Amino acid sequence: MKMTGAQILLKCLEREGVEVIFGYPGGTVLPIYDALFDSKNLKHILVRHEQGAAHAADGYARATGRTGVCLATSGPGATNLVTGIATAHMDSIPMVAITGQVVSPLIGRDSFQEADIFGITLPITKHSYLVKDLAELPRVIKEAFHIASTGRPGPVLVDIPKDLTMIQGTFKYPEKMSLPRYKLPSSGDARRIKEAASVISQSKRPVIYAGGGVITAGASAELTELAHRCQIPVTTTLMAMSCFNGEDSLSLGMLGMHGTRYANYAVSDCDCLIAVGARFDDRVTGKVDTFATKANIIHIDIDPAELGKNVQPHVPITGDVKVVLGELLQHMEPQEHPEWLAQIGEWKEKYPLRYESCGSEGRIKPQFVVEQIYQMTSGKAVITTEVGQNQMWAAQYYRYTEPRTFISSGGLGTMGFGLPAAIGAQLGRPDKIVFDIAGDGSILMNSQELATAVHYQVPVKVAILNNQFLGMVRQWQEIFNDRRYSSTDLTSAPDFVKLAEAYGLVGIRATRPEEVRPALEKAINTPGPVIIDFWVEREENVFPMVPPGGAINAMLGGE
Amino acid sequence: MKHTLSVLVENHPGVLTRVAGLFSRRGYNIESLAVGETENPAISRMTIVVGGDDRVIEQVTKQLHKLIDVLKINDITNDEHVDRELMLIKVNADAAARGEIMQIVDIFRARIVDIGRKSLIIEATGDQSKINAIEASLRPFGILELVRTGKIAIVRGQKHKE
Repeated sequence: MKMTGAQILLKCLEREGVEVIFGYPGGTVLPIYDALFDSKNLKHILVRHEQGAAHAADGYARATGRTGVCLATSGPGATNLVTGIATAHMDSIPMVAITGQVVSPLIGRDSFQEADIFGITLPITKHSYLVKDLAELPRVIKEAFHIASTGRPGPVLVDIPKDLTMIQGTFKYPEKMSLPRYKLPSSGDARRIKEAASVISQSKRPVIYAGGGVITAGASAELTELAHRCQIPVTTTLMAMSCFNGEDSLSLGMLGMHGTRYANYAVSDCDCLIAVGARFDDRVTGKVDTFATKANIIHIDIDPAELGKNVQPHVPITGDVKVVLGELLQHMEPQEHPEWLAQIGEWKEKYPLRYESCGSEGRIKPQFVVEQIYQMTSGKAVITTEVGQNQMWAAQYYRYTEPRTFISSGGLGTMGFGLPAAIGAQLGRPDKIVFDIAGDGSILMNSQELATAVHYQVPVKVAILNNQFLGMVRQWQEIFNDRRYSSTDLTSAPDFVKLAEAYGLVGIRATRPEEVRPALEKAINTPGPVIIDFWVEREENVFPMVPPGGAINAMLGGE
Repeated sequence: MKHTLSVLVENHPGVLTRVAGLFSRRGYNIESLAVGETENPAISRMTIVVGGDDRVIEQVTKQLHKLIDVLKINDITNDEHVDRELMLIKVNADAAARGEIMQIVDIFRARIVDIGRKSLIIEATGDQSKINAIEASLRPFGILELVRTGKIAIVRGQKHKE
């Protein structure tokens, strides 16, 4: 049966199990949108800016583990995806970004709304395609989803000239792909795994350092079993916040620049560091020469290029984290480390995460808001964040109990990520309460997506920790620039309650500590999307803090 | 230390950009890069000379492996191999100098491929040190223009296996 290229594209997406596409129409994707008009199986979510489409697809992918799909027109539509694609690339999120391109004969002639999106996105995609022949489209789509979702996942761009979506062709989904050397490591080297088991067994002060790869691989159960069986405390990166139960007594919370004192002390003092699906990012290691210097480092990752990239491990293991941990567990006998755990317990008691309480006269403490969200959702909500102080407090003061419930732009640090990501996450997990913990700066970077939330009645709760500052930058200016608050005062912000109302959301304001719980209760009990504008202490800082380039056991604050 | 990487890639659009972009993005130094089709027109071979210690070369190799279009990478630096560069060099050559230039060309087993009124074009192939030596020998006559390919290399003996 003959059909148009656009119809073939949608057929391919259906074959890949796509349920939802986040997109925005335009000239070169008109045929695709025309075909979508008749599609019964594909739900299209109209965002209000293409960046929102990419972040929403990303949030959907992080919340569900499925590949997120976004769609944009050529030129500015495509370039608006770029920040979202780069965000997904840095955090290894499976995404397929489809862009319309000007008709084939006009490519290269500086045509209206032409941009070389293939070239622009080369360094920020796992792979990319410019489709030149309709006959190859099905194979390209199949490969795109395969590449995006397997191995170390990442975004794949497919650029399709408009004429290919208009001409007729036949739909035949290929059985085979043309990826001769795309290999997927699965099990790790058995000898190395044994070596790792022996290093762990002989250690007196082991620590697990878990990264986002644990969530990607779905390896939380194996990681938890290893921690419990061998009594090994677990610290997680920002990307891995939800992979180990934050309420578990072995949990050390986050490590690194804004990690807990006890996590950073434990890593600095451990004799065996088990890095799982993590990449020794500078925000984690601080000054890299001083990181975990007493430890034998075991590094497990699916991407061999990560082994030895930043830190040279003693036992490098390439492989799927879930498989490798499973194999490792076969060699592990139960262990006890009473002295080590007692030492960690002492640190935990002496240096807990803490902040000065609000007091009856004071303003709301942002940490208090996050704690209340945690308590009122029993650690079961999906939390997305923007970037900056809000993000760090959301990582520090909410205890995550299930994988894929903390969604944040870790690597790229993209402000404006949280709201569209929350919309995507909520559409993927309709059973969950989804909060976007936001700052008054970040939220304005993609606030147009409030219209999307209202249009589809996506019941996300946007909790703005409103300090009328670009908080994290202000904090650095306070500490490193002698309080010279250059361009960080955001006093002339909109009235967020009125903004909510203008978009058709419910807007709630809380200005005093005793208003926090009622405001959250009202938000949670409101069926649709809500903004809660928390007026928080303006110059509150995120502590502890490792000054950039410093050793992670030399922290400011939180003593 | 310089390493010679022999890289087989799928002959897809953008593959050269992907490889070159990876080097620039990650801050690796390409000394030279030569690319051309192999006996199979769907596959091209890149000969890349890159500077760096073993750790850098290991990262380069691992990162290259992640490119979907890269089929095979061999670091042939320490393998028995033949490598060649090609140079075309245009030198000042008035009647008085021609004899001496032709002697130099002879010694290096190079060839004169064009004769102008006041200049000669010389074609030379060889490994890098030979090419450098010819260039140095001709420099006193006055080099008008010079073009060199990057190094291409092939491993001796049987077809190279990983």
